[in-house]
Amino acid sequence: MASSTTIAEKIHTRSRHNFLDRLRGGDEIAYFITLVAAAAILLIVALIVGELWLRSQPTIKTIGWHFLTGTEWDPNAGKFGALPFIFGTCVTSFLALLIAVPLGVAASIFLAEMAPPKLSNILTFLIELLAAVPSVIYGLIGIFILVPFVRAVVAPMLSHTLGFLPFFQGDFYGLSFLSAGLVLSVMVVPFIISVSREVLLAVPVEQREAALALGATKWETTWQIVLPTAATGIIGSVFLALARALGETMAVTMVIGNTPKIAASLFSPGYSIAAVIANEFAEASGDLYISSLIFLGLVLFGLTIVINGGARLLVLATTSRRGA
Amino acid sequence: MMMEISKKRRAINVVMLSLSGICTVLVVGVLFFILGYLLIHGARSLNWDFFTKLPKPAGETGGGMANAIVGSAKVLLIAMSIGVPLGFLAGVYLAEYSGRTFAFILRYTVDLLNGVPSIVIGIVAYAVVVRPMKHFSALAGGVALGIMMIPIAVRTTEEFLRAVPNAMREGAMALGATKAQTVFTVVVPAAVSGLTSGMMLNLARVAGETAPLLFTALGNMFWAKGWLAPIATLPVMIYNYAIAPDEDLHQQAWAAGFVLLSLILLVNITARMIIARGPASSRR
Repeated sequence: MASSTTIAEKIHTRSRHNFLDRLRGGDEIAYFITLVAAAAILLIVALIVGELWLRSQPTIKTIGWHFLTGTEWDPNAGKFGALPFIFGTCVTSFLALLIAVPLGVAASIFLAEMAPPKLSNILTFLIELLAAVPSVIYGLIGIFILVPFVRAVVAPMLSHTLGFLPFFQGDFYGLSFLSAGLVLSVMVVPFIISVSREVLLAVPVEQREAALALGATKWETTWQIVLPTAATGIIGSVFLALARALGETMAVTMVIGNTPKIAASLFSPGYSIAAVIANEFAEASGDLYISSLIFLGLVLFGLTIVINGGARLLVLATTSRRGA
Repeated sequence: MMMEISKKRRAINVVMLSLSGICTVLVVGVLFFILGYLLIHGARSLNWDFFTKLPKPAGETGGGMANAIVGSAKVLLIAMSIGVPLGFLAGVYLAEYSGRTFAFILRYTVDLLNGVPSIVIGIVAYAVVVRPMKHFSALAGGVALGIMMIPIAVRTTEEFLRAVPNAMREGAMALGATKAQTVFTVVVPAAVSGLTSGMMLNLARVAGETAPLLFTALGNMFWAKGWLAPIATLPVMIYNYAIAPDEDLHQQAWAAGFVLLSLILLVNITARMIIARGPASSRR
């Protein structure tokens, strides 16, 4: 008993001695500085959440959750209803995924399963460059090339062939849900491709070899063996792309038409959460107006956090099996 | 009969595989279309005035974006001095010091921060910097972009430090170096080319950000007076000129888009080449 305490004391004094030595040598200080930086990042994220929550209190208190279901947005008359923006954000993002997911998954299959590694690497490099193009440039291309093109070619074609559907009715002036969805689809495709390719490459080669040895064709192997194994990760990549599309601001703002309106037709101009913040925040006056915009920001933040958080877990779940 | 099935299967095989190839060509085609169009259209609208002159008042033609180019540089400088040190040190912590649980939380938080829409970061920079100081400023824009740089800074630092062989750490320690000496005089220098390229990529990524600058840096038709005044930046200028109803401004927007995209792609290609050739990647 007595001896054990002395040993413990010895260890204690030695470790304290050690600590002081290391402190003098700068060792503990270096550790402490990196720890502070790490903690600061957590603090910044907490600050983001806190600020958004705090600053949107006036709206939460006076309008409450009706804010999210109100359909009228007229700041001058004191009417704040966010539904048109939420609607626009959802419609454009959904449209973008509808186009981007098949395209992206198909391309990632080509890159992971078929293309020779060298070609695959070069193409992936190019596609990742596509992800580096800033959104304002996509907006520029959207306004001056895509919108005229859609007006001249795509919209007439759609209303001619699918005009009986409510989605493709009414006049088309260019700035619309449709244009925004198309620009968004081009913007999110690179994310789907690069993540899906990673996930596909993480599927063990043995699985492919086994299927091929049993007489399956290359496509059957891909479709029936590789894709099901990688499905979770690919769904994760789709959710990552969705989060990106929901929060995308500039390109959407430039082509969606900025009219707070809920309409079934994709030809109609609309508005999105991010776009209304971008357009009105700098000029907003009055507490309720500003806090309503910040509340919209909070909604957007919440949506992307939930989707991103889920997607990260999905991707993590599939790529970590690589070692097993 | 057997032949029939096998033929059908083979046909499906060929069709589906070619379809996936076509999709790839389509996506890559879009890239070349964007680059090509910007190159031709933007380069045509570009002239020397663009780099040396101030914007002209509305209605007059000509003028340039000299103030926006300098403005972008200033805002990015602030962003870098916030995002890089914080991200780097946290990355060092993750790679060299941290335990399991805290590392997981930090990594997950950083990933979430990476996914936060840029416009939301703009709102926060507005609330934290613009509101207390009562005016828009280069500083506020820099803070917004700086926060946006943190996630990539953390992840690149961690990744490249982890790629340094453990033998180097053990070697340094065996020679009697302390942990801090090992990390900062052996491990970090070994990863320095990857780290620099990663930070360059990170900078290129936020250089094109527009949304968080709209109501932090705002914009300015003249030279900004110091760091605490509203300041013009290239992306915001592109946006403002693109939606303005004036053909001459559209041309300038194209020119600015050309300059911005060329810089971003240049940085991207150089940095990626350095990373691909660097010693760090040979281990992976």
